[in-house]
Amino acid sequence: MSVFHRFWDSDFAWDFRHSPVAVVSFLVALLLVLSALFAPLIATINPFEPGNLNLMNGFTAPGTQNAFTGESFILGTDDQGRDVYSTILYGMRISLFVGFAAVALGMLIGVTLGLVAGYFGGWTDAIIMRIADVQLTFPSILVAMLIFGVAKGFTPVEYRDQLAIWVLILSIGLSDWVQFARVVRGATLVEKQKEYVQAARLIGRGAMPILVRHILPNVLSPVLVIATISLALAIIAEATLSFLGVGAPSTQPSLGTLIRIGQNYLFSGEWWILFFPSATLLALALSVNLLGDWLRDALNPKLK
Amino acid sequence: MLSYIFRRILQSILVLLVVGLVAFAMFTFIGDPIDNMLGQERTQDDIDRLRGELGLDQPFVVQYVKFILSALQGNFGVSYEQGRPVAQILAERAPATLELAAVSAVFALSLGVVLGVYTAIRRKGFVANLVLTLSLIGVSLPTFLIGILLIYLFSVQLDWLPSFGRGETVALGGWTTGFLTSSGLTALILPSITLGLYQMTLIMRLVRSEMMEVMRQDYIRFARARGLPERVITFRHALKNTMVPVITVTGLQLGSLIAFAIITETVFQWPGMGLLFINAIQFVDIPVMAAYLMLISVMFVGINLIVDLLYVAIDPRLRT
Amino acid sequence: MGLLDITDLTVEFPTRRRLFVAVDGVSLDVQPGEIHGLVGESGAGKSTVGAAVMGLLDPPGRIASGNITFKNQQVSGLDDEAMRALRGRKISMIFQDPLTSLNPLLTIREQLTETIRVNLDVSAEDADKRARDLLDRVGIPDPDTRLDQYPHQFSGGMRQRVVIALALCSEPDVIIADEPTTALDVAIQAQILDLIRDLVDERRVGVILITHDMGVIADTTDRVTVMYRGKVVETGPTAKILSTPEHAYTQSLIAAVPRPHKKVHRFPRINYGGDDPDFAIEDLSRNWPQYDNVSGDPLLQVRDLTKRFVEKRSILPWGRRYFTAVDQVSFDIMPGEVLGLVGESGSGKSTVARMIAGLYKVDGGTVEFDGDLVSDLSNREVQRAYRQEIQMIFQDPFSSLNPRMRVDQIVAEPIRHHRLLPTVDIPVRVAELLDQVGLGAEARQKYPHEFSGGQRQRIAIARALATQPRFLICDEPTSALDVSIQAQILNILKDLQEHLGLTILFISHALPVVRQMCDRVAVMQRGKIVELEDSETLFTSPSHDYTKELLSLTPRTENMYERPGSEPK
Repeated sequence: MSVFHRFWDSDFAWDFRHSPVAVVSFLVALLLVLSALFAPLIATINPFEPGNLNLMNGFTAPGTQNAFTGESFILGTDDQGRDVYSTILYGMRISLFVGFAAVALGMLIGVTLGLVAGYFGGWTDAIIMRIADVQLTFPSILVAMLIFGVAKGFTPVEYRDQLAIWVLILSIGLSDWVQFARVVRGATLVEKQKEYVQAARLIGRGAMPILVRHILPNVLSPVLVIATISLALAIIAEATLSFLGVGAPSTQPSLGTLIRIGQNYLFSGEWWILFFPSATLLALALSVNLLGDWLRDALNPKLK
Repeated sequence: MLSYIFRRILQSILVLLVVGLVAFAMFTFIGDPIDNMLGQERTQDDIDRLRGELGLDQPFVVQYVKFILSALQGNFGVSYEQGRPVAQILAERAPATLELAAVSAVFALSLGVVLGVYTAIRRKGFVANLVLTLSLIGVSLPTFLIGILLIYLFSVQLDWLPSFGRGETVALGGWTTGFLTSSGLTALILPSITLGLYQMTLIMRLVRSEMMEVMRQDYIRFARARGLPERVITFRHALKNTMVPVITVTGLQLGSLIAFAIITETVFQWPGMGLLFINAIQFVDIPVMAAYLMLISVMFVGINLIVDLLYVAIDPRLRT
Repeated sequence: MGLLDITDLTVEFPTRRRLFVAVDGVSLDVQPGEIHGLVGESGAGKSTVGAAVMGLLDPPGRIASGNITFKNQQVSGLDDEAMRALRGRKISMIFQDPLTSLNPLLTIREQLTETIRVNLDVSAEDADKRARDLLDRVGIPDPDTRLDQYPHQFSGGMRQRVVIALALCSEPDVIIADEPTTALDVAIQAQILDLIRDLVDERRVGVILITHDMGVIADTTDRVTVMYRGKVVETGPTAKILSTPEHAYTQSLIAAVPRPHKKVHRFPRINYGGDDPDFAIEDLSRNWPQYDNVSGDPLLQVRDLTKRFVEKRSILPWGRRYFTAVDQVSFDIMPGEVLGLVGESGSGKSTVARMIAGLYKVDGGTVEFDGDLVSDLSNREVQRAYRQEIQMIFQDPFSSLNPRMRVDQIVAEPIRHHRLLPTVDIPVRVAELLDQVGLGAEARQKYPHEFSGGQRQRIAIARALATQPRFLICDEPTSALDVSIQAQILNILKDLQEHLGLTILFISHALPVVRQMCDRVAVMQRGKIVELEDSETLFTSPSHDYTKELLSLTPRTENMYERPGSEPK
């Protein structure tokens, strides 16, 4: 049997095929990720290029012709005449990039520290987990804001916009390593007691090979679940920070920045500026969350 | 048991000291307070004098101890932006945030536990599944979107409820309350739902999963085998065991309401500490940021201590 | 007509790939004052029968056909409400693990009175009095104090007594006891079984005793039903089934029970159903390094070995409390010898093994192997050599193999680590090893979860042999396995010792097995060795009281069926 057939025949793949929620949310998430990835190909203009914008096109409703220029836009335009459709595609690129990068950063730190804390125990464990406890007393969004504020204090004013994305990744990533560390530490404590680890020590294997070759592969499934849920949380966190005006700059709007702009026109009737970015954000977060929820159930043998 | 509580208190103090260190480090290393406090026309003499006054020429540890001591007395320095004492500004803003958080906490906790238990015991029911699906949407909706949505529905379309501010407030000593006027109460509705909804869904999902976990335990099977009615099993045996893990997480969740209020306050222009903090970040107003951080951590630590005591009250294994 | 009649019961679990029939046309009955044993190996469907009677089948399990009647009243097919009226009041149940059967947050009094008042129409005071009487009856001293305690304040045996008291609350007519003593030590096990026997005689209740242990069946039951893969293979009076079993499966099951009273050369193998692989341990001996096993020096010398565990943590040194798990243990093992180490759980025998293996640091004393001090873990040179010479077989084959590694990777790991062979030769060596423990070539590409418990234990043995060690530690190598598989594994270990001249430290709580395997036996109690004797002397004329007590607790097997031709030695 080929690797593919083995996978296709596994309980995991079977569960997936027989869960409409999982299939649909996977397809939606995939579609959104792909359209973000290929935004330059499917967008009508590049909204980050100031030369492409025409202020005269501002506030064009979806599907209607602009009174001055005669152009029409499938999802309308915002206050600066940016095509909402293209802006959403490019905004999603930023949202997803920040989300993935932040989760990768949090995962790298969290998994490493969790493995080390769980396996070595003692003082190493105590120090790492106390730091985690302290950080956990603060909601991650507050931690992210603080890191953002501190980083802002450090960066010279003229670079702030350029570095904003990286500061976002850093602040969201550093705010969610704790989840990974706690779960991996817990799983490592369980695995460490198992006799296959004792057997490896008996052969004379050192700590590094045992951690990487033996324990890590066995703690990956909870990590996968946390990573998926964290991705949804990171996307939401990025949107929230940008909405609060402490995230992506308005020259490079992410979904949250777009919603922030759109909120100003809620009372004056230009609903589309707010609605389409919000719907996209919800679709993205919901599909990833549903996938994570399904994964948690599918990978939890106790629920079977 | 006493040693357990004593240990928790020690840990709490340690946490506060660490947070204090972070706050103090922000002071020391970010920007130059002298730059912030003195205008363009300053002389080297002015700088040196202020440096001496603020104790900036002393060693790091001495400065840190002084910082902690003055923080203990409620002295957090002067806001770079407003030029007033931070403690005074915070005291003005605190009632708005605390009232909002309290109402949201009651909302989130009561509804969360009830719905959690309901969805756990009616696992296959239509209503339970509907609630569960809606809760996932609730988790996926960023707080600010919920707020905007509510404003659009109840303020813009229906024009039932105010979309910003606290309404009229009554001053009771140093405390301003919105509980005593009808406009104050109606103004609380949308923000507290916005703030509490996310926590409510989290609490509900947690109660549900813990309850289902407990229902799989042997002692529940044994209770069934002894012929105990389902009602007794659910509310006496299962719920009490569910509460042990739920209390820890819930304590943290409710504590985080105060911090999450930042978002809600921005959406509803609610004049609380969160709005203050957001402005502080934008202006890099370090004294306000540091004081807010310290205040929040004191509240967290307090809530955690209460949680620990509740823990001991519920679980006999911790009492010996 | 009996008290409880089960006729032609079939229970199905529909799964994704197929319909799994857990119980297939099982019939049995219980009379008042009788203990009916239901015996079989894991997966035989015996616990499912109990759950079906109680109406506590885990979904998606369902009763597909058949009848369960209690005093001629239909039980199967009742709705939840009617079922609850029977449960507890007429039929009660005792579960395997007393640790998890009691609600940790309620006092014993609360749990007892609640059950009494739900099932019997009595006042609060009467319920209270009854609760006290019940605790007294099940042999819990000082019931008045104990009533207000929580489950965590009771020991395992005491907890199981509380569970029995709870099951008796409503004066049931039938009790289903699902492996009631499996989680307990031998001494406690005997007490609990005696208690159940007494209660049955006194109150004329009928008990279905579900167990995998032939010893428990022999000691306690009146009648026995043997199950194999969901079907009943034989049923009848216990004495008759044990002495003259008719079905081949029953015969091999009984014959496989290790006998303490005499030594046999090989363990009788099960020749019904299960896999019966060929081993080729002799083949191994061709390339095996020959050691001089006749010279007088011991291979392993253990002196004053001590291990303390922290019982209570504290920042202050005088606030800490330690628990001495191993207390100044000394012994020698001669080359080619099998030394047995027996004791109850918590006696420290596994801790000794782990210290010798270098998995735990020693807190005192020394371990010398072939003249080298190996208890000093910092001497890298000695440690590296020692790691090749010593290997260990663990208790639980489900946890001793890394589930994410292929079998060939598992067996190859020691060879690669010690760089014993050039990379190209490793697959050949791995294939040989697996072949010699009776696993075919196709086993190499599979993952551990695709194998049964016995096969996994053979993979673990292949891994242990990969470095060609001189010394093997076996830590309860068969206690997680079914009786029929135990014989296979023990025979391999015997072969290893005979053909390869391995020196073995054999740890077990099962005295009959120890007798068959070992040349000398050390008995451990509370961290100390109380007796160290020739296996023959220890079993025929024990000198220490504790040894005598342990020996008196082994099941009676004198009248049990023995396979014709099993050779006495």
